[in-house]
Amino acid sequence: MADEFKLEVNAEARTVAAAANTPLLYVLMNDLGLLGPRFGCGLGQCGACSVLVDGVEMRSCITPTSAVVGKSVTTLEGLPAYYATRMKISPAPELHPLQEAMIAEQAAQCGYCYNGQIIKGAELLFRTPKPSEAEIRSAMNGHICRCGTYPRIMAAIQRAAQAIAANGTAASSETEQAVNV
Amino acid sequence: MSERNDDRLVLGRRDFLKTTGVVVVAFSIAAKVRGQARVAGAPAVQRRPVSGPPDPNEVDSYIAIHADNTATIYSGYVELGQGGPTALRQIAAEELDLDFEQVKTVTVDTHVSTDGSTLAGWGGAIGGTKTRAAAAEARRVLLELASQRLDAAVSELTVANGVVSVGRDTRRSVTYADLVGDGSFNRKFEQVSYNGGIELPRKNPDNAIPKRRDDYRLVGTRVPRPDISEKVRGTYRYVQHVRLPGMLHGRVVLPRGQGAHAISHPTIVAIDESSIKDIPGVRIVRRKNLVGVVAEREWDAVRAARQLKVSWAPFAAALPGHEGLFDSFRSAKTNDLIDTDTGDVDAALGRAAHVISSTYRGPYQSHGTMAPNCAVADVTTDAALIMCSSQAIFLTRIGVAPLLGFPVEKVRVQYYAGSNTFGASCYTEVANAAAVMSQEVGRPVRLQLSREDELGWDNYGPALLSDLRAGVDANGKIVALEYRAWVHEGGFFIADTVSQLVLGSPPAAGFGGAGVAGPGGGGLLSVHLSQMDMYEVPNRRIVNHRVAGAGYLKTGPLRAPMDPSTFFALEGVMDDLAHAAKLDPYEFRKRNISHTRWLGVLKAATDAAKWTPRIAASKVSSDKVVTGRGIGLGTHHLPQNQGSRVTYAAAVVDIEVNKDTGVVVAKHVYGAMDCGLAINPAVVESQIVGMSVHGTSLALREEVQFNETNVTSIDWSSYQTLRFGDHPAVTPIVVQHLHEPSSGAGEEVLPAVVAAIGNAFFDATGVRLRQYPLTPSRVLAALGSTANVPGRPA
Repeated sequence: MADEFKLEVNAEARTVAAAANTPLLYVLMNDLGLLGPRFGCGLGQCGACSVLVDGVEMRSCITPTSAVVGKSVTTLEGLPAYYATRMKISPAPELHPLQEAMIAEQAAQCGYCYNGQIIKGAELLFRTPKPSEAEIRSAMNGHICRCGTYPRIMAAIQRAAQAIAANGTAASSETEQAVNV
Repeated sequence: MSERNDDRLVLGRRDFLKTTGVVVVAFSIAAKVRGQARVAGAPAVQRRPVSGPPDPNEVDSYIAIHADNTATIYSGYVELGQGGPTALRQIAAEELDLDFEQVKTVTVDTHVSTDGSTLAGWGGAIGGTKTRAAAAEARRVLLELASQRLDAAVSELTVANGVVSVGRDTRRSVTYADLVGDGSFNRKFEQVSYNGGIELPRKNPDNAIPKRRDDYRLVGTRVPRPDISEKVRGTYRYVQHVRLPGMLHGRVVLPRGQGAHAISHPTIVAIDESSIKDIPGVRIVRRKNLVGVVAEREWDAVRAARQLKVSWAPFAAALPGHEGLFDSFRSAKTNDLIDTDTGDVDAALGRAAHVISSTYRGPYQSHGTMAPNCAVADVTTDAALIMCSSQAIFLTRIGVAPLLGFPVEKVRVQYYAGSNTFGASCYTEVANAAAVMSQEVGRPVRLQLSREDELGWDNYGPALLSDLRAGVDANGKIVALEYRAWVHEGGFFIADTVSQLVLGSPPAAGFGGAGVAGPGGGGLLSVHLSQMDMYEVPNRRIVNHRVAGAGYLKTGPLRAPMDPSTFFALEGVMDDLAHAAKLDPYEFRKRNISHTRWLGVLKAATDAAKWTPRIAASKVSSDKVVTGRGIGLGTHHLPQNQGSRVTYAAAVVDIEVNKDTGVVVAKHVYGAMDCGLAINPAVVESQIVGMSVHGTSLALREEVQFNETNVTSIDWSSYQTLRFGDHPAVTPIVVQHLHEPSSGAGEEVLPAVVAAIGNAFFDATGVRLRQYPLTPSRVLAALGSTANVPGRPA
C-alpha cells in the first residue's frame, strides 16, 4: 500500500507515494528521475547507491524511505550546491572540488561506482579537510571500484583537499599533470 | 561520450520503433534502388533505420559529414569504460583534418552501425584501422570535390578544421559541408579485413593512403575523455537509466548459484503464486523454465522476486567443489591437443644443469561487474528493440531472434553502457530474458539482474591446472620447456542460461551459441605458444589436456582469457630457473629473450622501479612483516603466433607479507606496456592503472566458491575483490611506437601483474606459492610447509 512521504532532496521539498519501506534508492531513481544514486548490489555492500543524509553517507539501497523523512538528502546532482551552503560559498560552483579533481585526474573508467566514490570522498573532505593517505584508505574502503581506479580516486581526493585549502576551488589543470599515480 | 542519443530516451514507444529522424545517416540506399547516378554529394536520404550491418566497403557506412561541418562516425565499437570511442574519434579527426570536437559518435545500433565486436581490447586496433581506412577514403572524395570546386589540383589543397583551401589562400576555400554536407559520399572502397585478429593484405591497389604518421597532430596525444566529465557530473546515462513509456520493471527468479553445467539445468517443479499475493500489481511471467516477475514499481518487482516461492528440481551433486576441482581435472578423461612440439624436450631436460618441475593452479574467477547487467526490451507483434550492454550487438541479435520466433532483421539491438564487463558477463542472459518477458507481457520490460544473479550465473573465467617442466644449462640459457595444461574443451564456451531455460538447449548460433567457435585449434580458452615464445627455447612442447565442460561451471572469456593463470605458472617457473641458475630474474630474462620490444617493456618497468639486480629470495628476513619484489611478463594470447597484433607488457610489483596473519598487500605496481601506436597515451595509462589493480585483485582475492551442487560465492562478501584500503600505488609506463600497428591495450598488463605478485611472494619469503589467489589461509599453509621450495612440486 502506498504511503505518502514528504522528503527534502537536494534542498527541494518533494512528495512521493511509495510502498512502506521502499528503499530510498528506488524513489530517487524512479520517482525523482535522478541519475546519481544507482543500483549495484541492493545489499549495502558496494556503495554505488550512496547519498548524503544530513551530511552523512548512507546506502540508499538499504535505507527505507521513511527513515529520511525530516532529514536532508543530497545526491550527486545536488552536491555542488550542498558544498556551497556548507562552505558558505556564493555563488555555488558548478562542481564540487572533488568532481573537478576527478576530471583533472581522468580518474573514471566505466564510472558506475563514481556516484558513491564522490559522495563518500566529499563526506570525508567535510569531516577531515586534509586527510592523510591512511585516512583516505580507511574512509573509502567500503566503496568498490571494479575497474581498479582506486589510485586515481586517491589522487583526486588529495588534489581536491589541496584545492579546498586554497580557497575552495580546484585548480584547473591539464591531464598531463595527472599521469603518475 | 558526446553521443547524439539522449533524445531517444524520451520518445514515445511506437515512435521509437518506426522513427525516421532520430539518426540521420547519409546512406544512398533509395538512390541506389532507383538506379540513379551515384554522385558524391547527392542529397542524403533521411532513411528509416535499416537492419544492418551496412556494406563494409562503402564510405557512407562509416562516416557522414553534416551541414554544420561536423562529422559522425558510425562505428560498431562501444564504450566499455576504456575510452575506445575517444580514440576512434581521434583517428577520424586526424585523417579528415577536423578538430576532435567536430567528430561525434552515435549509439551503437544494429540498424545504424557498422559491424564490429568490442572484444579482446581490439576496439582501437581493428576498429581504429577500419575507421582510419574509411576516413582516408572520405578525405580523398572531399579533396576531389574541392579540386573541381576550387579549380585547383588536389596537391595544391590544404585542410584545417574541415575547410579546404588552395595553399593558404583563405579566399579560395570551401568547407566539407559545402562539398557533401548531409549528402552521400557514394564511394566504394576496399575495407581492411581480418582473420583471427591478423590484418589481411588488401587486393585493390587504389585505396586512399592514410596520413603519414610523422604528420599526426591529434593521434598520439592525450585528448581527455569526454565521457569522464559526464560520469563525474552524474549526467551520463547508463543502460540502467533507460526508461520507455509503458515500461514495466522486471526481475528474474533463478536458483541461488548455478549448478553443474550441462547437467543441472534449472527445472521448475512448482510456483506458489500465493506467496506474493500481498504485493499488489505484480505479474508472474513464465516461459518454460524461465520465470520472472514484472511490476509498475521496481521495488514491487524486487521484493516479489525475493518472495516468490519457486520449487526447483534439486541440482545433482555433480560438481567437484572448488577444493576438489584440480584433482577432478587431473583424473578426467581428456581430449588432448598438441599445440607445439619442437625438438626433444625429454633429451634436453636430461642434459640440463637444473630442472624445475612444478604444478600450478588458477581458479575460476568472475567478471564481477560493478553493476549487475540490465536490459530494456520492447517486443511488439513483429519487431523487437533491445537496449543492452552487449560487446557484440550483432551476435546478440542472432541469439535473441530464435527466442522470439522472429527473423534476425526484425530484431534491433542498441548498446548502452553498463558498468565494467571484462568480457562475457551476463549481458547476453539479461538481453535474452528481457526480450522474452516483454514478448510475454506485450509491454516494454526493463530487466535488472540482482547481485546474486550476476555473480552466481556468470560465465566465469576458466580455471587452469598446469604441469610445467623446464631446464637451464650452466649459462642460464633455457634448454627445454614443457607446458601441460588442463583446460575446458570448446573454443568459446558460453552456454547462455536463458536460451537453455526457454528452448531447452543452447542456441545454435549467436553470442552464447554452441556454434561460435574460437579461433585456433584449441580455441580461445586454451594455452598457446604465443603466450611463451618470447623465451627462445630450442625444445618445446605445449599440450592442452581438454576436459569436457559438463559437470563444471559455465565459462567464457574474462579479460585476457587464460593469460593470468598461464603467466602465473610460466613466470613462476622462469623465476625458479633463474634462482636455480643463481641469476637475477631480470638478467635471466635478458639472457633468454632477444625480441627488442619484449626487452623494451622489461627495461621500462625495471627502470621505473629502480630495479637492483640480485638473486630472488636472497634477503629473506625473519621479521613478522617481510617485503619482496617480483617481475612478470604478460601478453594476450593470439591464435597465430607473433602476428602483427602482439602487445607486450611487463610489471614489477613490490609486496608486503605478514607472516602472522598471512595477509599479502601489494604496495606498488610498475606496469609497462607496448601496444604499438598508442592512439591516446593517457587512455592507455588509465588502462595500465586499472589492470594493475584488477591484476592485484585476481592474484590476492578473487576465487569462485562452489560446493558439489552449486556456486556459493554470490555477493561481495562471499566473492572477495580488492578494496580501496588495500590497493597498490601504480606507475604506468606507455612505450610508444608511432610506426607500429596499434594492438590491444586492455588486457596484457593483467597477467604480468599476477605473475609478478607470485614472484614477489617467493622473493619475500623464500617459499613458492603455486596456487592463487594468495589468500591468508594458503599463505599460512605454505609458510608452514617445506614442500614449496623451488624445484619440488607444490
